[in-house]
Amino acid sequence: MEFNQPVDSNLFDDAKVVGKPMQRIDGPLKVTGTAPYAYERNDAAPDALYGYPLGAAIGHGRITRMDAEAARSAPGVRAVVTTLEVDPLEKGMNNVARLFGGDEVQHYHQAIAVIVADTFEQARAASAMIEVDYEEGTPADLDLDAAFERVQGTGEPDTLVGDVGAAFRDAAQVIDQMYHTPGESHTMMEPHSSTVDWSDGENMTVWTSNQMINWNHQSIATTFGIDQDRIRVESPYVGGGFGAKLWLRADAVLAALGSRAAGVPVKLALPRPMVMNNTTHRSATVQRIRLAANADGHLTGIWHEAAAYCLPGGRGENATAQTPIFYAGDSRRVKNHVVDMPLPETADMRAPGEASGLMALEIAMDEMAEALDMDPVQFRIVNDTQVDPANPDIPFSDRHFVECLERGAEAFGWSERNTTPGGQRDGDWLIGHGVAGAYRGALVLPSGARAILDGGKLIIETDMTDIGTGSYTILAQTAAETMGMDVADVEMRMANSAYPVSSGSGGQFGAPSSTSGVYAACMALREKIAGNLGIDEASFNGGRVTGGDTDMALSEINEEVSAEDAIQWGDFQQGYAMGTFGAHFVEVGVHAYTGETRVRRMLAVCDAGRIINPITARSQVIGGMVMGVGAALSEDMALDRGRGFFANHDMANYEVAVHADIPEQDVIFLDTLDGVATPLKAKGVGELGLCGVAAAIANGVYNATGVRVRDYPLTMDKFIDRLPAI
Amino acid sequence: MSPPIDFSLRRRTLLAGTAAAAAFSAVNRGGAAAQSTGATAGPETTTVTLSVNGEERELTVDNRTTLLDALREHLQLTGTKKGCDHGQCGACTCTVNGERINSCLSLAVMHDGDEVETIEGIGQPESMDPMQAAFVEHDGFQCGYCTPGQIQSARKVIEEIRAGIPSHVTGDLTAEIAITDAEIRERMSGNICRCGAYANILAAITQVAEESA
Repeated sequence: MEFNQPVDSNLFDDAKVVGKPMQRIDGPLKVTGTAPYAYERNDAAPDALYGYPLGAAIGHGRITRMDAEAARSAPGVRAVVTTLEVDPLEKGMNNVARLFGGDEVQHYHQAIAVIVADTFEQARAASAMIEVDYEEGTPADLDLDAAFERVQGTGEPDTLVGDVGAAFRDAAQVIDQMYHTPGESHTMMEPHSSTVDWSDGENMTVWTSNQMINWNHQSIATTFGIDQDRIRVESPYVGGGFGAKLWLRADAVLAALGSRAAGVPVKLALPRPMVMNNTTHRSATVQRIRLAANADGHLTGIWHEAAAYCLPGGRGENATAQTPIFYAGDSRRVKNHVVDMPLPETADMRAPGEASGLMALEIAMDEMAEALDMDPVQFRIVNDTQVDPANPDIPFSDRHFVECLERGAEAFGWSERNTTPGGQRDGDWLIGHGVAGAYRGALVLPSGARAILDGGKLIIETDMTDIGTGSYTILAQTAAETMGMDVADVEMRMANSAYPVSSGSGGQFGAPSSTSGVYAACMALREKIAGNLGIDEASFNGGRVTGGDTDMALSEINEEVSAEDAIQWGDFQQGYAMGTFGAHFVEVGVHAYTGETRVRRMLAVCDAGRIINPITARSQVIGGMVMGVGAALSEDMALDRGRGFFANHDMANYEVAVHADIPEQDVIFLDTLDGVATPLKAKGVGELGLCGVAAAIANGVYNATGVRVRDYPLTMDKFIDRLPAI
Repeated sequence: MSPPIDFSLRRRTLLAGTAAAAAFSAVNRGGAAAQSTGATAGPETTTVTLSVNGEERELTVDNRTTLLDALREHLQLTGTKKGCDHGQCGACTCTVNGERINSCLSLAVMHDGDEVETIEGIGQPESMDPMQAAFVEHDGFQCGYCTPGQIQSARKVIEEIRAGIPSHVTGDLTAEIAITDAEIRERMSGNICRCGAYANILAAITQVAEESA
């Protein structure tokens, strides 16, 4: 199906299933522990043996010798494969560091051996018996602040609009500040895990934990130089991803190598302490933001320059992603620098770009509002734009940012907020209120599915994944709606490379793209059924197909009918800016004596088009808000600049938010529709929920204490000496 | 007013301690024998009998095998999850002799004779326990990987509060402890949910507590 023009009215405008709250159809499996994750495929590979990885013990350099003899002769060991025994493997999609093979160490805990043994304990013990000699690489300067100083002002701006110099010269108010966001680790609950059967060196089956079946499928073929047709990839349950499982990673590669060497299926999970440095993370950023405004509160100049690090050839984190487009302003200069550093690989993490960019920009907006003596809600409203500021001919497809702010302010009780920084006390706690805007792009990708009507049951096959986002449920809803059937009569078969290629899950493109793909497949099925029955104008309702003289139950169609289609996105979308918008409001308490910060309540208002399932969408948003609390107050990958690795590489030392950190949370979805975005007029929401949250908290801390902290996370050591006098 | 600490919980605690001590002494005897003969080493495996979800299971495990891996790899009870294997995340929470523990922090050989309950013993998809049903109703999970551990903890948190066991946020240690949001959040904080379903988990626990009051 070609999506070639904005959709006017269609069957979703009169929906009975789509847009209605519905509990997850995979819920009972998950709450009873019966959903099989990648390391648990006793159903498919009951004889799998145990793989265990060994990671490099240096930041970068070369391996000069490996002695694995003791490991090979250790009890229960079936095979050991060291990186020196394997030619450097080709890199799969967006793999920057090599996943295995050769003597080069590009980052700490890069995989350098895999051990296969009869038991987990034997494999783990043998891994410790491998002797490795290293030649350490030349020490590298890992100081991102120093790197920013070096690159600042260099290179062509990514966006340059208007006369920025004049804007800052003539402004009524200017702010100019530096902001820091730390490296962040996805820390999904299930570590990267795979079970692989490549026993005979011929066909390979990969039961893995991955967000993108097709990318993974292609990457395995590339990595091992074998035909894609010989590989099957399955990932029906994924224990969280957040971007960490977009790409092929070492778990699947090592399990495959181990399986081939030992001649048996092998399962391997990265040990938790290895996840942070072996896999990918969100780069730290250094950001300088300058804002210029005239006396009536209109931004006249926006200057955003940022730096992030990555391995050579990587992408880092683009913290300026939102700056060209989020706010109005006649002039702007935007530049992101990516600095090469020999550190573990940086790549996408939930809302890559906007998440760390808004952590800074939304503090800057708060600072400017204060400088102008304006309400920060009103300041944002004044600077709304309905067009791409750099290309005024390009309108937003649908943007209700102002309504997010207004609805939120009313629901939160913003008018009764503390307006004097440091001026409100509740016992030992200083109370503050903060607001931030939220923006995240609305990407869509081609997405396919197969729809099969079989004896009154509708089967949907697509390689789409459900990483906790609710794909099983919303795709079943979409299919049921399109076919006029009950959700109970829909069977979802997903996340298998044998099925049509979907968008996969990432970049909050999954829900809008894959529901469109299922819609396309079901429309093709409708056409086929109507054709078979000789109906010109068929309608599908209540489990029946009607038209002309025909009125029959779909369950009466004896033959299996199958149709496959994919949604393709037309060029007309290039004529629009597509985004999702939101506003976050928080109340915080900062302990007047210790500086401990507690979030007391949170509200998000989201504008993301049609909400396909308010239950799962709300869960996505509150989950983003929880991640935002961690980003604001505790998450921080601690870089050892001498050794070039992250020292707090486990779940005790990298502190994500826990139950006790999370207060009452409210979410309001605006009742909006975006007919430019998709046939369902829907956009993604899973990343929007994170965007801006940390800044709202930081602004709340400022409001509570009168101390501005621009360096995340806002731990007490950064401002306890500046707290108001007791 | 009921007494602050439930008798049955106390008795189970005592049993857990006794069983662990017995397992240790068995291992120690093996070590002593090896020393006296000067032979290579003592046995590297131990046979233990666990009662798992009400069924006696005899297992011969590597002495290094955690209770978590005994459940997952020997008994194929994979509902108990391995998130960190270091007692940091709570995904492996299961019940031993009536108390919740991190099964990754405990070796299988310490549990000879113990009663273990896993998520599979609590309910099945067609016959969910009230807490499991409440998690589905309130969407108390997303990816589902921490969920069995959350549910194990959730059921015990209600029992622990009712048994009068205080927490960090308990104010008056002599009064009956109320099942409040703060008490639930504090006691659930050993179970991390990176998808961030905490508010929904709280709603599920609160509902079950109220319905069972």
